[in-house]
Amino acid sequence: MSEKEWPLWEVFIRSKQGLDHKHCGSLHAPDAKMAIQMARDVYTRRNEGVSIWVVPSAAIAASDPDDHESFVEPMADKIYRHPTFYELPDGLEHM
Amino acid sequence: MDSSTCELALRMGDNALILGQRLAEWLGHGPQLEEDIAAANIALDLIGQARLWLSLAGRLEGRGRDEDALAYLRDQHEFRNCTMVELPNGDYAFTIVRRTLFDAYQRVLLERLAGGADEGFAAIAAKSKKEADYHWRHSADWTLRFGDGTEESHRRAQDALDRLWGYTHELFAPDAADPEADALRGPWLELVGPVLKQATLTIPADRAFLSGGKRGVHSEHLGYILAEMQFLQRAYPGARW
Repeated sequence: MSEKEWPLWEVFIRSKQGLDHKHCGSLHAPDAKMAIQMARDVYTRRNEGVSIWVVPSAAIAASDPDDHESFVEPMADKIYRHPTFYELPDGLEHM
Repeated sequence: MDSSTCELALRMGDNALILGQRLAEWLGHGPQLEEDIAAANIALDLIGQARLWLSLAGRLEGRGRDEDALAYLRDQHEFRNCTMVELPNGDYAFTIVRRTLFDAYQRVLLERLAGGADEGFAAIAAKSKKEADYHWRHSADWTLRFGDGTEESHRRAQDALDRLWGYTHELFAPDAADPEADALRGPWLELVGPVLKQATLTIPADRAFLSGGKRGVHSEHLGYILAEMQFLQRAYPGARW
């Protein structure tokens, strides 16, 4: 038997109509069609979803965790970017 | 209710029960984690179907036997599953090719029963058909990949087909309980033929061989399945957990 590993796929499930597909995990599968069927058996066997997307993990470009200092930290003290300094007019609710 | 209806319900139930039991043997031994889970899901689907059919058979029989009595307390000559489903799993190609042949049969048979006059049969058949459609998708897809895959996967799939083909004739052999069994052969071949062709597999020549599982004449393998499946109820009658 060939020892070649199947490629990895990221699985996204939409739990019901109108909601977004959410990342729920990954699996190994030989191709996209099989990946969807396997996702059906692995991730929706308890009726978790109405729609499945799969994406080759290799196709995802990700930010580098080592960049944390320059990439993420500078956002931490920019409180003025949050819309909390507005005076809301009276009678405006649910903001 | 006539005995042939009960006989048919038993055949449906026993096919599902024995193949479900066989598939469950892959649990923890599947070729890949994902396939392991798929096989277990399908095994559970089949055992769920078996419960419905055997409950119905028990009611039709009218001797007070429930699904458990029929599953756990009958001896092998009383089992009515076709011989194909009791054969050992072999390699994964054999397991998959067997399922491809059987799943196609289930689809055409369940469709016939779902549209039939008997409401008890129609209700169970309609529910099971949805599951069978998915089982077919799964097994036919794998047969394609094995047949049209590597040299080794092709050899294994062809070998499986060569060994299994002779057992398919039993499915379409008419008898008193199912005089129209032969009518399903055409629709079944329309499903199976194109998949095997696309998988570059060759249907072997027919031989004068007819297995007898659905008449209660089984291979030597069924006894071992029952020994394992029935042990608990035989050793501790009425045990519950």
